[in-house]
Amino acid sequence: MSARMLFRGGRVVDPSQKLDAVHDVLLVDGKVAQVGKDLAAPEDARVVECAGLVVTPGLIDVHVHLREPGGEHKETIASGARAAAAGGFTAVCAMPNTDPPIDDPAAVGFVAAEGRRAGAARVYPVGCISAGRKGERLALVGEMVEAGAVAITDDGSPVMNSGLMRLALLYAQAFDIPVADHPEDLGLSGKGHMNAGLVATRLGLPGKPNAAEDIHIVRDLLLAELTGGHIHLQHVSTSFGVESIRQAKARGVRVSAEATPHHLILTEEAVEGYRTEAKMNPPLRTAADRDAVRAGLADGTLDTLATDHAPHHYDEKEAAFTDAPNGIVGLETALGLVLTHVVGEGVIDLSSMVERMSCTPARTFRLRGGSLAPGSAGDVTVFDPEAAWTVDPARFHSRSRNTPFGGWKLKGVVRWTVVRGKVVFEG
Amino acid sequence: MNQTAPALGKDLVGLEPLSREQILAILDTAEPFKEISERRIKKVPVLRGKTIVNLFFEASTRTRVSFEFAENRLSADTVNIAAAQSSVSKGETLVDTARNLEAMRIDMVVMRHGSSGAARFLAERIPSNVINAGDGSHEHPTQGLLDMLTIRDHLGRIEGLKVCIVGDVLHSRVARSNIFGLLKLGAQVAVCGPPTLVPRNVRSLGVEVFTRVEDAIQWADVLNILRLQLERMEAGYVPSLREYNRIWGISRARLERAPRDILVLHPGPMNRGVEIDSDVADGPQSVILNQVTNGVAVRMAVLYLLAGGQPERAEAAKQGGEA
Repeated sequence: MSARMLFRGGRVVDPSQKLDAVHDVLLVDGKVAQVGKDLAAPEDARVVECAGLVVTPGLIDVHVHLREPGGEHKETIASGARAAAAGGFTAVCAMPNTDPPIDDPAAVGFVAAEGRRAGAARVYPVGCISAGRKGERLALVGEMVEAGAVAITDDGSPVMNSGLMRLALLYAQAFDIPVADHPEDLGLSGKGHMNAGLVATRLGLPGKPNAAEDIHIVRDLLLAELTGGHIHLQHVSTSFGVESIRQAKARGVRVSAEATPHHLILTEEAVEGYRTEAKMNPPLRTAADRDAVRAGLADGTLDTLATDHAPHHYDEKEAAFTDAPNGIVGLETALGLVLTHVVGEGVIDLSSMVERMSCTPARTFRLRGGSLAPGSAGDVTVFDPEAAWTVDPARFHSRSRNTPFGGWKLKGVVRWTVVRGKVVFEG
Repeated sequence: MNQTAPALGKDLVGLEPLSREQILAILDTAEPFKEISERRIKKVPVLRGKTIVNLFFEASTRTRVSFEFAENRLSADTVNIAAAQSSVSKGETLVDTARNLEAMRIDMVVMRHGSSGAARFLAERIPSNVINAGDGSHEHPTQGLLDMLTIRDHLGRIEGLKVCIVGDVLHSRVARSNIFGLLKLGAQVAVCGPPTLVPRNVRSLGVEVFTRVEDAIQWADVLNILRLQLERMEAGYVPSLREYNRIWGISRARLERAPRDILVLHPGPMNRGVEIDSDVADGPQSVILNQVTNGVAVRMAVLYLLAGGQPERAEAAKQGGEA
């Protein structure tokens, strides 16, 4: 492995430096050394010809489920880190809703160590907000941060107790980490299995109304305002939710928020025929909601693109709809979906895409990367924006195949994923 | 209709995917089959040699027995499996249950399951014909068909009639099959019940919504009264069965205020004194037992058609011809 690497002649898109030009990028000793035109290749450098390709700061997904420990039949930290690299991600944040949950420093250390051992995308552990994810009392937040946790969340479940959420938003400020929440009022969403809309009424499936998400988003925004803490709202799917976040940002509330590729592209109609591969939480909603999520992504209200990569074994999804678990895999389809159906349909431009998939996530979660400015981490993604491919779940690096996008024809193929100056995926 | 094309597809999962013509074909085919049940020897060889599995994951007496009679009177060989005594209780998945049955070379499965979509799930995974005998809150197509046959028997038509479904529409597979089927046959359809048990967007399916049962009675030619399950009260959708009866129960006194005689249906089993009072259930406007009788004929028709029978050959098939 060469200590020096030169990406030559690619279109370098790095909003952190307001850069979008054909440039060279030189990595030395795992860091960005130089960005500019016609850089001379050091003698021992590996030269990567990037003509016609796009070179960006490594993509970062702040919301993935790697299932280890406890769900290794769905995914492991190693397989998830490889799937991330194959999808062009140089770093992922692993959600703590494992079995047992990641709620103490030893568990955080395990995730970090397994991530390093995988030698693919960086794996940043996220710890639980509450001990045991029970929603009762704070987990060992400070010690988890010392062990490497970059945020806290009880994702998979919302924090229903507003008093606990208030404490979390206060306490986390001592460590300068975001508190991420899965916004859902369980009393309202109850036994729902899809969006509470016309499709649910026709199919005879119990629904989750938008209000279940909206109420919780508004509550979290009020608590962030009350405490001055940083709330990170996960997978926003509703029109009112987007508007509430927009208004809160205008008031100066410290809020960051995610949009997922599936909520940007699909609607509740994808569930027709009881397709369990389109079952996720929050559910796919109406076209009006999807358009609002798109508008939120476009104006920066939703500042982060995250996949909510949620692997499940095919046996688990091969079931009656109400018996199947929520979630879809996302790491290996995200870039193609976003390039084809979000950038390709004019929702955002390429630069904004890099902002939402790299720069902002790095800033929000205080991670390395997110920039190709000299001195930054040598985390780089290189992709061919025009190359076409067809999604074939059988070829995923992930252990799971649960995607509603199988067979979709997409544009955008990852050529190199580079972490700390080292190639972790070559496509 | 093409002489050789099957009148139905491989399966009967619901009435929503069927055309008006297909629904009418089933109802018309049921007519000649009614007579079999009136014979002294109630058996014809229409499905001789066919193997049918009645796979009931939820308790059912009426529907299961009705299917069994229909199958037996058409000379099919049948096996009944109830979830409590099957390998399902040992943790076997639905898809494994289906594949195991298939491996024994069966021809048809009649399935009742607690999950919406379960019938379609099964139908997509096995080559046998699948008949949905009720899947969760989705559909109960043979119930919808026998309701329509009963209405047609008594009022001579479906088109233009005003049919109101009263009760727990939210959780009712009977309601959905009635709505889909009746609308296709040109009826006007309404629903009436506590707002907690009527989906708010049900209007988008093309039905009217009444909250007050008195208004529904003023409007309707036919009332189809749904069973109120005790668990709905336990889950808090209605505060008490007594209150439900006072506000939405169908009583003789309420029916007497109607501008015309209303035909009364109920899919059973009835909770007398809850959704329907005994003086209505046993009264002259009730056709509840006719529904039960028609259920056997409708199910015979469905079995015959899915086995490849032609509607216009049903009479001949009864005499001993092959389906």
